[in-house]
Amino acid sequence: MKILYPFVAVIGLMLIAYFGAQAGLESLFGIVIPYLAITIFIVGFIRKVVYWAKSPVPFRIPTTCGQANSLPWIKQNKIECPSTTSGVLKRMFLEVVLFRSLFRNTQADIYDGPKLRYGSSKYLWLFALMFHYSFLVIIMRHMRLFTDPMPFFVPILDFFDGFLQIGTPPLYISDLIILLGLLLLFSRRIFLPKIKYMSLPADYFPLFLIFAIASTGCTMRFWDRVDVVNIKHLAVGLASFHPVIIGKLNPLFYVHIFLVSTLLAYFPFSKLMHMGGIFMSPTRNLANNSRMVRHINPWNDPALKPHSYADYEDEFREVMVEANLPVDKGLPVKEEEAPAEDTAAE
Amino acid sequence: MYDKGKVLTGLAIFVIIVTFPIWYNASGSEHYPNPKILTKVKDCVMPLAYMRSSHMKLLVDWRDEVLRDGNRTKVTVDGVKYQRSLQDGCMYCHKSKTKFCDECHKYVGTEPYCWDCHFVPKETD
Repeated sequence: MKILYPFVAVIGLMLIAYFGAQAGLESLFGIVIPYLAITIFIVGFIRKVVYWAKSPVPFRIPTTCGQANSLPWIKQNKIECPSTTSGVLKRMFLEVVLFRSLFRNTQADIYDGPKLRYGSSKYLWLFALMFHYSFLVIIMRHMRLFTDPMPFFVPILDFFDGFLQIGTPPLYISDLIILLGLLLLFSRRIFLPKIKYMSLPADYFPLFLIFAIASTGCTMRFWDRVDVVNIKHLAVGLASFHPVIIGKLNPLFYVHIFLVSTLLAYFPFSKLMHMGGIFMSPTRNLANNSRMVRHINPWNDPALKPHSYADYEDEFREVMVEANLPVDKGLPVKEEEAPAEDTAAE
Repeated sequence: MYDKGKVLTGLAIFVIIVTFPIWYNASGSEHYPNPKILTKVKDCVMPLAYMRSSHMKLLVDWRDEVLRDGNRTKVTVDGVKYQRSLQDGCMYCHKSKTKFCDECHKYVGTEPYCWDCHFVPKETD
C-alpha cells in the first residue's frame, strides 16, 4: 500500500494532464498551473526557511565526528569537528557538494553465528550523487528552453552531456544516470528489509514523480518527439510573462510540465525541503566552540540576573549553618559569642 | 528570526537562482525563428508536423540506408523524385544553411553534426 498509493497518484496525475490537455485545457496546464506552482514553490520555500530560522538553537549541537579542539598537542580534526567559522564553511561545503555524511553511512547486519557486523555502506552516497548531479545538469540544460539567447553554460553542458553521440538527437549521459540513480534509490527501498520497513508514501511519491518527469522528458526526446521551437516559445513566454501556445503540442509535453508543476508545488511541504534544510541544520552549521565562547540561551529573561553560589550562600548562610550544611565562609564572628565553627575548613 | 543576515542572504541567493530565466530574459529579446524555404514545391517528403519534430530521425535513417547499406532509391512525392541526400535532396528546396537550418537550431541551441562530414554549402543570395 505504501508503494501502491503514490504510484497510483503519479499515474493519475499523468492521466489528468494527458486527457486534460487534449480536452482543450492547454492554457490551464501550460500557463496557469506552472505559474501557480512556481509561486507556491518560492513562497512556500521562503516561509519554511523563515519558520526554521525562528526556532531558537540555544545550545551548540554540532555532531562531532572527529577530535574536538583540545590541548595543543592533541591534533584537532578541523573539518569533522570544527571550532571556527572557516572549519564550518569547509564542513558545509563538503556536506552540500559531496554529501559527506552519507559517505559515512554504516550498516549493521547479522550473519550466521549469529554475529553482528558493522560495515561501511556507500551505496546511498553513490546513488544520491548520481541522482542529484544528473538532476542539476538536466535543470541547467533546460535553461536553453527558458532563455533566448542562451546562457553560456548550456552549449558546454550540451557538448559534454551528449559526448557519446549515440542516436539522433544524441543520448544525454545525464538522462541515463538520473533514471539509473532513481531506479537504484527505489530498489534500495524495496530490497533492503529495514529500509523498506521505514519507507513511507512520502518517500516513494517523489521517487515516482521524478522518475515520471525524467521518463516523459526522455520519451519526448527520443521516441515521441515534439515541436521544440514552439515549446521553447511557450517557455520563454512564461519567463517573460507573455506566454503564447502556438499550435497543437504533444500531450506528453503537458504531462511533463504538469508533473514538474506538481513537484514544485509539493516541494516546500515535503522531505524535498532538505535542499534548504541542509543549510539550516544546527548539527552541521554550528562550530563546536562551547568551551571558548559563552552561548546565552536566547529566551532567557533579562530580568533574571545571574545568581552565583557565593551570592546564594550569602543569602542562606545562617539557615545553612543551622542545618549543619557545609559553607565556604563561616558566619561573621559576633561579640559575646564563641567563634562559629568553620565547617568548610574541615 | 535568528541569524537574520545569513538567512536572508541565503534566501536572496535562492530567489535569484530560481528566477534566473526571468531576469536573464529581461535584458535580451527573443528571436522567434523564421526558416526560409526557396521552392515552388508545396509538400516536403513528410508532413510538416513530422518534419518539425523528427527530421533528424529521417536524416539519420537516410544516411544509414544510403551510405551504410548502399540503398540509393529515390523518394517520390507528388510524382516528383527526390534524391535521399542532404546536399542534392533536402537542400534543393531548403537552400540556405544559415537561413533555414540555423534559424531553429540556434534558437533551441542544438548543434547537429551534419557538417562534420558535409561541406557547408556556399551561401548564394
